[in-house]
Amino acid sequence: MNAKPPVIEVEHVNLGQHGHPVLEDVSLTVNEHEFHAIIGPNGGGKTTLLKVILGLIRPDSGMVRVMGGTPHEMRAHLGYVPQFRTFDFQFPISVEDMVVSGRLGHLESPFRRLSREDREAADEAMSTMEITHLKDRPIHDISGGERQRAIIARALAGKPSVLLLDEPTVYVDSPTAERFYDILSRLRESMTIVLVTHDITALSPDVTHISCVNRRLFTHHDNQITEEMIKGAYHCPVDLIAHGVPHRVIHDHDNRVFGGRR
Amino acid sequence: MIEALGFEFFRNALIAGLLAAIACGVIGSFVVVKRMASLAGGISHAAFGGIGLGYFLGIDPLAGAAVVALGTSAATAWIRMKAHQHLDTLVGAVWATGMAAGILFIYITPGFAPDLFSYLFGNILLVPRDTLLMMGVLTAGICGIVAILYPHLVAVTFDEEYASVMDLHPDRIMVILLLLTGLTVVMLIQIVGIILVIALLTLPAATARLFSHSMKTMILVASLLGIFFTTTGIWLSYAFDIPSGATIVIVSACIYFGALPLQRRIGNRRESV
Repeated sequence: MNAKPPVIEVEHVNLGQHGHPVLEDVSLTVNEHEFHAIIGPNGGGKTTLLKVILGLIRPDSGMVRVMGGTPHEMRAHLGYVPQFRTFDFQFPISVEDMVVSGRLGHLESPFRRLSREDREAADEAMSTMEITHLKDRPIHDISGGERQRAIIARALAGKPSVLLLDEPTVYVDSPTAERFYDILSRLRESMTIVLVTHDITALSPDVTHISCVNRRLFTHHDNQITEEMIKGAYHCPVDLIAHGVPHRVIHDHDNRVFGGRR
Repeated sequence: MIEALGFEFFRNALIAGLLAAIACGVIGSFVVVKRMASLAGGISHAAFGGIGLGYFLGIDPLAGAAVVALGTSAATAWIRMKAHQHLDTLVGAVWATGMAAGILFIYITPGFAPDLFSYLFGNILLVPRDTLLMMGVLTAGICGIVAILYPHLVAVTFDEEYASVMDLHPDRIMVILLLLTGLTVVMLIQIVGIILVIALLTLPAATARLFSHSMKTMILVASLLGIFFTTTGIWLSYAFDIPSGATIVIVSACIYFGALPLQRRIGNRRESV
């Protein structure tokens, strides 16, 4: 389609942890400006797949390329929003300091200091995430939704080409989640987004592609969840979600929640 | 009690307390936020093995402690990289092994082990002038390295995984932090002794954390608190002729436990706003 390599290419990746297979023959392609949702049950390997793409975990076999290079080479282009529960919110750090720390990956050496350009990038990220008014507050002193936006702002401060989010809506209530998806749909204009979630009822209508992962990955080059994906990934009766109609797309049932525009 | 300032040993003790407090404020803050208190305790007790080895080989026991403390720090950093889930048990094993090795070395060394008690419980009133010079150099070195690597140290202690994603080499930063912790421990052995090192490394920083919103203020407040704790402890120890190390620790603990409910009140007020 175009000369540019896909933003993310995962080919035939196998990975075992503690003697159990976690990912089996997983292949995934994400192109520029996609909003790709990866859904699947807890323990299905979603977070592991993200970490493989980030180069934090090396697969046993298979190939991972990010923007044509290795994940390691391309890290400066990746923005990562880890799971909320991995954070120590008692850490004495202000929202601004946390966000600006997302610029450290752009320093040429540990002996360089953050420049005005770095501060400006952090300011811009905070304003995108609508947390500028919180910049001097310590992170233990703000709400869950505000913390979530601060974590995303830290990733945005690095001006990534790809934003990888792990379960970003778990700890936010639904009005907050809606506002959150508004922000993501704005971000889509400037970057590729990969979002991992176990909660398929919380998917944004702007999602362009959906994959299901439960050790194996099932993908549909569309924003529709199909019976075989659900069956394959969840091993549960499809009628729980889509009333068992084969290949019936879910957005027909609830356009507001699942629907696609394209 | 002002007349005590006329004694060189007393002035030395105050300076030693000041230097140790600064090193503790800087390194202790990172130890507390990274939850490495037990790790620091393990390193200091392992150092006792080095003290025993020093006696056995007939060298300065403190040099033996330094070698073992730094060796343990480096080994811990390496094991952390490989398998961090077993670190807790490992710390316990290192802790006990260090003490046991120290006791065996001292037992098989012919003759009496002088100053053994002061290595265990510290004696700040006996710090000689050349040790003071060494402490000054160490403290300046620790502060300098932390100042240079400050943004990286904060990023790695706050979120090690994200530091990896940003290619900040968190493993290397952790090696440096653990080695600095080892150096601080060796310095503190003089002041409060092996058994109480963990207190001076954690109590000022933990107290400072209750009132700090950034690592910078936490380090500053912890250092000032540490200076207050050591100075008060030294005065009390001199005035009542009681062991200095234990007095410093009791003073620190009283302030820490006294500050705990205070912090809760401040926290509540903030929530109700």
